[in-house]
Amino acid sequence: MGSITLRQVSKVFGEAKVIPSIDLEINDGEFVVFVGPSGCGKSTLLRLIAGLEDVSGGQILIDGKDVTQAAPAQRGLAMVFQSYALYPHMSVRKNIAFPLKMAKMDQAAIDRKVEAAAKVLNLTDYLERRPSQLSGGQRQRVAIGRAIVREPSAFLFDEPLSNLDAALRGTMRLEISDLHHQLKTTMIYVTHDQVEAMTMADKIVVLNRGNIEQVGSPLELYKTPRNLFVAGFIGSPRMNFIDGAYAQSKNAKTAGIRPEHLLLSRDNGTWRGTVKVAEHLGADTFLHLDVDGIGQVTARCDGEFRAHHGDVVYLTPDESKLHRFDDKGMALQA
Amino acid sequence: MARAVTTRHKVTATVFAWIVALIIFFPILYTLVTSLKTEPEAIAGFSLIPSGTFENYITVQTRSDYLKPFTNSVILSVGSTILALIIAIPSAWAMAFSPTKRTKDILMWMLSTKMMPAVAVLVPIYLLFRDFGLLDSRIGLTVMLTLINLPIVVWMLYTYFREIPGEILEAARMDGAGLWQEIVYVLTPMAVPGIASTLLLNIILAWNESFWTIRLTTTNAAPLTAFIASFSSPQGLFWAKLSAASTMAIAPILILGWFSQKQLVRGLTFGAVK
Repeated sequence: MGSITLRQVSKVFGEAKVIPSIDLEINDGEFVVFVGPSGCGKSTLLRLIAGLEDVSGGQILIDGKDVTQAAPAQRGLAMVFQSYALYPHMSVRKNIAFPLKMAKMDQAAIDRKVEAAAKVLNLTDYLERRPSQLSGGQRQRVAIGRAIVREPSAFLFDEPLSNLDAALRGTMRLEISDLHHQLKTTMIYVTHDQVEAMTMADKIVVLNRGNIEQVGSPLELYKTPRNLFVAGFIGSPRMNFIDGAYAQSKNAKTAGIRPEHLLLSRDNGTWRGTVKVAEHLGADTFLHLDVDGIGQVTARCDGEFRAHHGDVVYLTPDESKLHRFDDKGMALQA
Repeated sequence: MARAVTTRHKVTATVFAWIVALIIFFPILYTLVTSLKTEPEAIAGFSLIPSGTFENYITVQTRSDYLKPFTNSVILSVGSTILALIIAIPSAWAMAFSPTKRTKDILMWMLSTKMMPAVAVLVPIYLLFRDFGLLDSRIGLTVMLTLINLPIVVWMLYTYFREIPGEILEAARMDGAGLWQEIVYVLTPMAVPGIASTLLLNIILAWNESFWTIRLTTTNAAPLTAFIASFSSPQGLFWAKLSAASTMAIAPILILGWFSQKQLVRGLTFGAVK
């Protein structure tokens, strides 16, 4: 079991209100991602749930039990840190066994569980090594191993992949998702990388300045962002925001159109633009354009679109996918 | 060209370093040389060539037993160091990992006690020792040496602990470690190099402490510092014998320092270079 409830949780550091007040419901077995820009309070929120920081107000419930005042160890949660936080003086075996040793489990049971975890994580051959003798990916797996042997009610991940290179990040992302399918345990995952959020989450919590901007499935956030912040944060390249006459013609303060919802053509279209920068990625092409009467716009198209700096191209927005926002930045319903 | 310049720099630096080292080492060397002279030679004037007699060492040993002050020095320096570490590890842990607004002030205050001249508190300390029956006792002196060196020990450990990532301790907390388990199983083993150099430095400081060790002891608890002092008696100065006693007193700590110099250098420069 691992349902987590936050009730009006707040956190103040000195004068700074890092988290004004948050209510959140996380269901058992869910993979929840907290995402937001640096300093949005996502790591603080995770640390409050872990018990590594004391809340300034509100309640935290795990499986209906109030754990607001409980020590980290008593909450039945396991955490994987950004820096892996392995014990450098212990072998991999001892690292993974540490939480079990602290729980005063007998040695035979510890050995059995450590071997089992090592097998799942492909660490069997490395059990006698020290963390310093492992690669980044292996260290991360040891950190995960140390978390899973405890059979926690929920896993907390604090930007676990940000120290890895891009290729390894992709692999580890899959491994963590796979682990979630195997264990079916609640996971809370903090990241600033919206690709990680989109690909791994059952539910994304978008945070900004300590407030929840929106909670929803990845596609909900993509299709129906509640406000300008979420619209701009989710999706890559980010959504184009257009003010002025065009927005007014759509009865909005700001109009939003994603780069992938602009049809590119060399000959004709609604808007006429000049290419500033063309990024050819092979699988797709990003064009950064200066559009007459609209301003800076980014367009994305599948495959190769031959265009270079200074070329003139035409764009047609798919108006069924247009987002409209009022003067407070909130989304307007169609 | 660039290579020639760096070579010349290196040679200059090496020569300079040797000169400085010799200046620093010279008093020790001259003590050793003098200890191998006869008394008339010793007072005759500057000379680096002794007659090579071991007579002084024999006289010193027969006149007063070397073993007793040596044992006292070992007990006092090791004892006070261990006691200081037991107190300083939790204190430094608290200040390094859960600092408050006042932590820096507390650290400065602790260091400020080292700025006070010891003689300023000689009378009150002496009276306290007398009233508690601690004069000339190893226990009293061990406590005294602990207190004298505690600020340095706390400071050194504090700088070491600051280098340990807090996330590792948080990981231990998440893994179910209590306060003591966190300190015993995680923090202390990780800080072993730092603790080792703190231990060595503190043993040296305690070994060499002479103000209190001479004033608060007579015979029973007197360490090697008092042993040396006993040779500068009002009956007359015997330079050669005094030098022999000094050499015997500093030899153990010199040897300890020689074998642990790597640890010591690391300890003293820790945090300064990264």
